Amino acid sequence: MAMQTENPQREARLTALVNARLIDPASGLDQNGGVLLAHGKIAELGPAVGAGAVGDADLIDCGGHVLAPGLVDMLVFSGEPGHEHRETLATASQAAAAGGVTTIICMPNTEPVIDDVALVDFILRRARDTAVVNVHPMAAMTKDLLSEEMTEIGLLREAGALAFTNGKTSLANAKMMRNVLAYAKDFGALIIHHLEEPALAQDGVMNAGEIATRLGLPGIPLEAEIIMLERDVRLAELTGARYHASQISCRASLDIVRGAKARGLPVTCGVSINHLTLNENDIGPYRTFFKMRPPLRSEEDRRAMVEGVASGDIDVIVSAHDPQDADGKRRPFAEAADGAIGLETMLPAALRLYQDGSVDLATLLAALTATPARLLGLPSGRLAKDAPADLVLVDLDAPFVVNPDLLHSRSKNTPFDQARLQGRVLMTFVAGRPVYNYADRLGE
Amino acid sequence: MSIAAEATEFYFPHRHLLGIEGLSRDEIVGLLDLSEQAATFSRQVAKKRDDLRGRTLINLFFESSTRTQSSFELAGKRLGADVMNMSVRSSSVQKGETLIDTAVTLNAMRPDLLVVRHHAAGAVELLAQKVGCSVINAGDGSHEHPTQALLDALTIRRHKGRIAGLIVAICGDILHSRVARSNILLLNTLGARVRVVAPSTLIAAGIERLGVEVYSSMWDGLEGADIVMMLRLQRERMSSNLVPSQREYFHFFGLDYDKLARAKPDALIMHPGPMNRGMEIDSSVADDPRSVIREQVEMGVAVRMAVLQALARHLPND
Repeated sequence: MAMQTENPQREARLTALVNARLIDPASGLDQNGGVLLAHGKIAELGPAVGAGAVGDADLIDCGGHVLAPGLVDMLVFSGEPGHEHRETLATASQAAAAGGVTTIICMPNTEPVIDDVALVDFILRRARDTAVVNVHPMAAMTKDLLSEEMTEIGLLREAGALAFTNGKTSLANAKMMRNVLAYAKDFGALIIHHLEEPALAQDGVMNAGEIATRLGLPGIPLEAEIIMLERDVRLAELTGARYHASQISCRASLDIVRGAKARGLPVTCGVSINHLTLNENDIGPYRTFFKMRPPLRSEEDRRAMVEGVASGDIDVIVSAHDPQDADGKRRPFAEAADGAIGLETMLPAALRLYQDGSVDLATLLAALTATPARLLGLPSGRLAKDAPADLVLVDLDAPFVVNPDLLHSRSKNTPFDQARLQGRVLMTFVAGRPVYNYADRLGE
Repeated sequence: MSIAAEATEFYFPHRHLLGIEGLSRDEIVGLLDLSEQAATFSRQVAKKRDDLRGRTLINLFFESSTRTQSSFELAGKRLGADVMNMSVRSSSVQKGETLIDTAVTLNAMRPDLLVVRHHAAGAVELLAQKVGCSVINAGDGSHEHPTQALLDALTIRRHKGRIAGLIVAICGDILHSRVARSNILLLNTLGARVRVVAPSTLIAAGIERLGVEVYSSMWDGLEGADIVMMLRLQRERMSSNLVPSQREYFHFFGLDYDKLARAKPDALIMHPGPMNRGMEIDSSVADDPRSVIREQVEMGVAVRMAVLQALARHLPND
């Protein structure tokens, strides 16, 4: 897949990606053909776009591999501002590009917290100047994420905050949650909520049950998530607000979401790649790279998550990319930091579900592209005429072993260390420009 | 038979003793046999041996302990090792040094054996990955306390002649107890029938999957028991609303003669110490002829001598 003509500086020129298997989950398109990119958008696509039919456009032969919309990742923690030693917007964006992710939504858990118009503006400017993929901030729904005062949801939304969240904690005060939802509804703002009843989860560091008991670690019961989700669904119903459960992790939560959808409520949910591909057994002898919130659950719950993606009841797959430095992780399990990086491994890890036949490719890709884009009101996530030319070219069959040293993220806390994955990102395009090319790395 | 003669027969194939989990039945029995020899030896007038002469043993205690620390200290000294005690208050851990930093620093002092107690589960295992010497877990959070389980088993075996088939009731704060976990693992491996008895607020989720029967009534749980093993109840369990009051706990879960009457007439009364008399155990029951609590302390030294000897055989000699 060498570029036959190479001149990345000419924006005005056309680029043609030919001989690809085009997959657009939004329209159900799955056919061989090509895509013509112009002015950052998709100008043409289909079987007619071939090597002989694109004039003097720069030609890239896709070798028959899958060309799909770039991934839209709704749950990414960056360290910027405040914790740049863990991750900057630049390094996060490079990791994203290498993972086929063309849009990342950054959580407001920074220092300072993104709870003010000026900070939204800061993120957008820094991203414009340093990031190679699209970056949109999510804003805090309470000031400093302290669950005490509501933020300026309207102004923040105007400034470019795509959604509102309480970060890594649940807003425990039900009355305040009701007010936030009701107020956000007037602005059509999406509320994305972490699910963890704080008192019930208190001190817990992994899924409650036999394994936690064997390890002598305090557990977080499923009910901490279930109770908060039940409450939130009631409040979403009461207020009519758009509500998105950031991550669910167990079958009971899936059932609650199904029930809410059956009642016609504007309720959606996400699941992290970790909860789709790992379970509590992976913690083994206190491996802190598998410590996260919500905690990894049982194999039965993992299977329920896969089933939820396959049925479409789980709307979105996220990386939950959360860079932590070695100091934070090289501690006794209970004292170690939560979180795992995931931007670069999300797509190949998700393809495990396709490779083993549990989720079809279009459904899997929809949860990674079109659906999150739609929830966030973004024009991307589609392979369609006039859509942004944010694309990923992926070899579904190529096997590889994850080597943390080669990951682009500044932090190396990957639970997929030495994992055997199948499905390699070959190229990533953002607004028509290549931001990642696997071929370039072969010389490294 | 001398300890030395026994020593040539028993091979302990682990570099560290981090827990009972992972030990085979034969390894446990081997350690108990070796401990038996050490117990006999310790009752002699001349208690000093030279098995560990020239070796350095460091007691690294991140959590205060009088009993376990002095037991290891005595065991090390009886075997001729140089013993150093380090406790958390006097160390740089208080100044923000991480556990790993501490481990690396200590390792540079080239100890041969490191005995570690830490308040966090898994901390001793983490430390063991970073040092070049043999590490013994002297209690890590709510996870394991393997030498306690070994000394309990030795005490039981000396009185009952066996472990297999005995009914052992472990009573009290199962949720937070590393003693309970190590004992459950060890006693099950040797074929005992293990019961845990506690209010539901002090039972760990999924504990039955470890192969125990769960009781919330002392009277039922002690029915026909050969061994009654009491656990210490920390006072902070009251402030965190796991039990309402000392008097209610003692009434329903404290070991008194009324509840003890349900056990077999020759049941042994055990407690890992330190005891809260009037909290989990009636003072006169603690001093009953059936109580082997003081013997547990004696066996503690013997077991720790055996463990040090077993691990010392892996130490490099050059």
